[in-house]
Amino acid sequence: MTRFTSLRGVPLSTWLPLGVLIVITLAVAVGPAVLPYRAEEIVGDLWEPMSWAHPLGTDQLGRDMLARVLEGGRTSLSLAAVIAGLAFLFGSGAGLTAAFLGGWVDTALSRAVDLLMAFPPLIFALLAIAVLGNSIPVLVTVLTLFEALRIFRLTRSLAMEIAVQEFVAVARLRGEGIGWILFREILPNGMVPLMAELAIRFVFGLLFLSSLSFLGLGVPPPAPDWGGMVRDNAPAVGFGLTAPLVPAAMIAIVAVCVNLVADSLLHTRGRSRSAEG
Amino acid sequence: METTNAAQPILQVRDLRVQAGSQPILKGVSFDLYPGEVLGLIGESGAGKSTLGLAALGHMRGGCACVGGEVLFRGQDVFSLPPRQAGMLRGRKITYVAQSAAASFNPAYTLQSQIAEPLRRGGGASAPIARTIRNLFRRLGLPQPDIFGARYPHQVSGGQLQRAMTAMALAPEPDIVVFDEPTTALDVTTQLEVLAAIKQAIREEGSAALYISHDLAVVSQISDRIMVLRHGQTVEEGTTRELIDTPKQDYTRRLLNVSHAVVPAAVREEAEDEVLSIRGLSARYGSVPVLEDVTLGVRRGTTLAVVGESGSGKSTLAKVVTGLVPAAGGTLTFAGKALRPTLKARDKDTLRRMQMIFQIPDTALNPRQTVGEIIGRPLSFYFGLPRAAVERRVANLLRDIELGPEFARRYPSELSGGQKQRVCIARALAADPDLIICDEVTSALDPLVAEGIIKLLRRLQQEKGVSYIFITHDLGTVKAIAHDIAVMRRGRVVDCGARDAVLSPPFHPYTELLFTSLPTTREGWLEEALAKQPDPDALDGTVPGAGQEAGQANARTGHRRGADRPVASGLGG
Amino acid sequence: MVLTRLIAKRLFGALVTLWFVTVLIFLAVECLPGDAAEALLGKDATPVAVENLRAELHLNDPPLERYVGWLSRVAVGDLGKSLTTNRPIAPMLATRLSNTLFLAATAAAIAVPLAIILGLVSALYRGTRLDRIISVLSLASISFPEFFVGYILLVVFALNLGWFPVLSGINADMGLGEQLHRIVLPALTLVCLVLAYMMRMTRAAVINVLSNPYIEMAELKGCSRREIIVRHAFVNAIGPVANVVALSLAYLVVGVVVVEVVFTYPGLGQWMVDSVSKQDILVVQICGLIFGATYIGLNLTADIVAVLFNPKLRHPR
Repeated sequence: MTRFTSLRGVPLSTWLPLGVLIVITLAVAVGPAVLPYRAEEIVGDLWEPMSWAHPLGTDQLGRDMLARVLEGGRTSLSLAAVIAGLAFLFGSGAGLTAAFLGGWVDTALSRAVDLLMAFPPLIFALLAIAVLGNSIPVLVTVLTLFEALRIFRLTRSLAMEIAVQEFVAVARLRGEGIGWILFREILPNGMVPLMAELAIRFVFGLLFLSSLSFLGLGVPPPAPDWGGMVRDNAPAVGFGLTAPLVPAAMIAIVAVCVNLVADSLLHTRGRSRSAEG
Repeated sequence: METTNAAQPILQVRDLRVQAGSQPILKGVSFDLYPGEVLGLIGESGAGKSTLGLAALGHMRGGCACVGGEVLFRGQDVFSLPPRQAGMLRGRKITYVAQSAAASFNPAYTLQSQIAEPLRRGGGASAPIARTIRNLFRRLGLPQPDIFGARYPHQVSGGQLQRAMTAMALAPEPDIVVFDEPTTALDVTTQLEVLAAIKQAIREEGSAALYISHDLAVVSQISDRIMVLRHGQTVEEGTTRELIDTPKQDYTRRLLNVSHAVVPAAVREEAEDEVLSIRGLSARYGSVPVLEDVTLGVRRGTTLAVVGESGSGKSTLAKVVTGLVPAAGGTLTFAGKALRPTLKARDKDTLRRMQMIFQIPDTALNPRQTVGEIIGRPLSFYFGLPRAAVERRVANLLRDIELGPEFARRYPSELSGGQKQRVCIARALAADPDLIICDEVTSALDPLVAEGIIKLLRRLQQEKGVSYIFITHDLGTVKAIAHDIAVMRRGRVVDCGARDAVLSPPFHPYTELLFTSLPTTREGWLEEALAKQPDPDALDGTVPGAGQEAGQANARTGHRRGADRPVASGLGG
Repeated sequence: MVLTRLIAKRLFGALVTLWFVTVLIFLAVECLPGDAAEALLGKDATPVAVENLRAELHLNDPPLERYVGWLSRVAVGDLGKSLTTNRPIAPMLATRLSNTLFLAATAAAIAVPLAIILGLVSALYRGTRLDRIISVLSLASISFPEFFVGYILLVVFALNLGWFPVLSGINADMGLGEQLHRIVLPALTLVCLVLAYMMRMTRAAVINVLSNPYIEMAELKGCSRREIIVRHAFVNAIGPVANVVALSLAYLVVGVVVVEVVFTYPGLGQWMVDSVSKQDILVVQICGLIFGATYIGLNLTADIVAVLFNPKLRHPR
């Protein structure tokens, strides 16, 4: 398989966001170990402006903002990745099962998904948190559920679309087993839209989690995360300072870059599906 | 109708060059069209004939650009007209009939209002407009012409829509009508009616016409002159009779050969044992019966052609035989053993012995597998061949289908339509089958490519002794490949027997209708065929009480069996 | 008739969903670990207080009776008292809901026409630089968290330029002008939030219509560009676009929650978030129900609009 041979011809709008994402991931991964300050260390006055010592200034307790942002990135990005990954696993597994078994399994799963999707995720999450509290397992479960619903729908419709193609009929006529048909005939043809969807789900998870944290109902303290940092630094706005914009901008940058990559993934393959919601 | 060359040409195309991006579509095409004359444009896909037709209206599809030459309507360049005048030209002076009428009518409006649209723009009063349209409906043979226009596009049939679109093109009494493959999507019997209606209507209106088609026979029936296009260039141009009777170019001769001089497949009398026997087969989708009491046989090493129009159940027959759709009743015997109804119940060897080739090669090949992987899979799956042996066999199979060994590394998207269909054939052969079911395998291909596929299938049959069920609506190819023919209509076999017996008198009326509806290049064919065509309602009438018709078919084959020679395949044992 | 049957089916589906939502919300209380009253009041609560709360929540009744009782009380507007402030919920709810509707309606009034115009423009000028710019900007704005947009607007327009107040709190004593002035920033944030989404979907819907062969046919019939868009494209695009609008409004209704918190706007969303952190379960329930019902209602509208504007369903064979 020679799919990723050449980078030539890849447009700026693809490799630029990809590069930014790689830089951010590396920084978040190794940054905290390299930086002179630890994230929880108080190093100066509150909301100090940007300086050589503190490139992003300091936060509401006088901690180094850069160290906090990198540390917070670990929480936010890894949680979003875990949620997207789990949702992908469950969602595509259930979607393939429904598409392939058909009959009452498909009907039951699809109806259940329709029902859950008729309910706004944020409101559902707020209800769940009101009752169960905002622990990480609760957050991951609720978000995974709602992400999985969308992946289920996409996987199911993709699988159905591909399964009616004649090359699948050829494989069935040959007597191939379900494993070959799923993994060698159907999945390779659905990989591009599914990967794009995975990226979009990652963005959605990051935004959703950050929103909850911003509302004070997301990742519980003391672990810093980007949404929570925006909330903690929000009073700075009252003094005309831009401290909360730093973590907010990080979320925005990551989200924009991942969406751009997903978008170009879909467009270069000529399969444009709506990337929203 | 002879062209009066003394008149001024109404449309002049001068050295027209069109590109899509950097890809040339038309490489300098010129022709003149005189008032009242019908010019046929013929060519295979990619010849640029649609682009040329649209250029006559001064229209370029998205991505295409005119890079040279000019199109003059009454001496005026249609590409440089100001928008207002272009609007008066299109839809009034030059009109267009598209291939897909169903998609070309706006679903939100009635047919009447869409047909009247260009007339109203010309400032006509509504009563005379309505009268004009009613008259056209009547002349085009549409049912209930007084109220037909009140219907919405999705409420009428495909053949009727195509006629409604012709009415839309003729209503403003245009100087030129451009017909772009108007009958290609229709069944042969419907095609005949629409073709005749179009021919009569343009003759009565006295409009000039450009008639675009890939089917030389169709074009020859309707045109005064024909221009053959290939790869964006003119191959040959001449009056219809000249071009048909004394073609100058080799390419034209080859196109003509496809449509008439088919060498019939050699009669195989020695083969008597049936590789597949179908007895009393029925099938249904939900509660709708699609196959009823079908009894047929395929003799070893021969080809049974199953012929019918859309909705005849011929493709369902293929699906039932292969096990994709379970039978509701009847028995199937394959290679001496009873065939289980579902795919899952059949063993691997049975599956191997029966292979299938589909209509559209693009969807029958997994775009993510190389040709080598596609052809090699049956070898490793059925025979467990090791990798090196698979590669050797694949190279041999590629040679069998007249492709080089380098094709093994290519992906389907790198192949042409004909090459893809060849790969599908090689994949079927790789299983070393007894029977290959070919479901409309040539109907998505250009005539010359299709001819190559037919020749290949025939050669492979002679070399390997494989049997075919050849399902098709294209009656032209039947003569070239079939040993036996079964004619299907509405889920039943209405006629069946050896090829020569079915295709010579006395004919079954439906078989005769099908074969007389098949266009030929013979002068006057259209008029004769139309005169011969029985009232379709009379044929319909015999179907519900189908016992009568089936009995008729039985009696006839029985007669043939006695009179001509024993036929192993036939109705009712 | 096909149409009525389809609409009835959609209505029934929405009712089932709504019923499911009430069950879900009701079950939320059931899911509280241990005894709901004790869980809500904490370990130090006096037995009398716990018993009072049990009575307040009807916890002594069997579950089914409790569900039916809750539903019928909600239906007549008897919503009980807030667990934290001990004030009746209904009047508070009325103020909050009308504030939220005011904000959402203002945002929708700006966003809907703007999105349709931008979507149309970018569909009609598809592939041009203008389209590309709109597309990248809208992709970016879809990716921005609500609070990012909110704080940027706040910093620029309220703090640096001083055009609008930092706090968006409104009350009934203010005139409409004053109220509108105060909600400009949250409304703008909501517009940014929903505009890109709505615009992209409008663009897709219009492009879908324009790619139909009947549009080319109209061109070949000599229709002017105006006629093609107004007569041939618009009638077929109106269904999909109306569908897009209704879906986007559903999206907006939920987006309002975070925006209200950013601007401390006294709406339903902010109240709900506040009550969630205080575990004021009765308020959470009723807010959740209202948000859920609005969302379902708008989705239903989108469905019905799609059916109503489909010519094939309107004129059956």
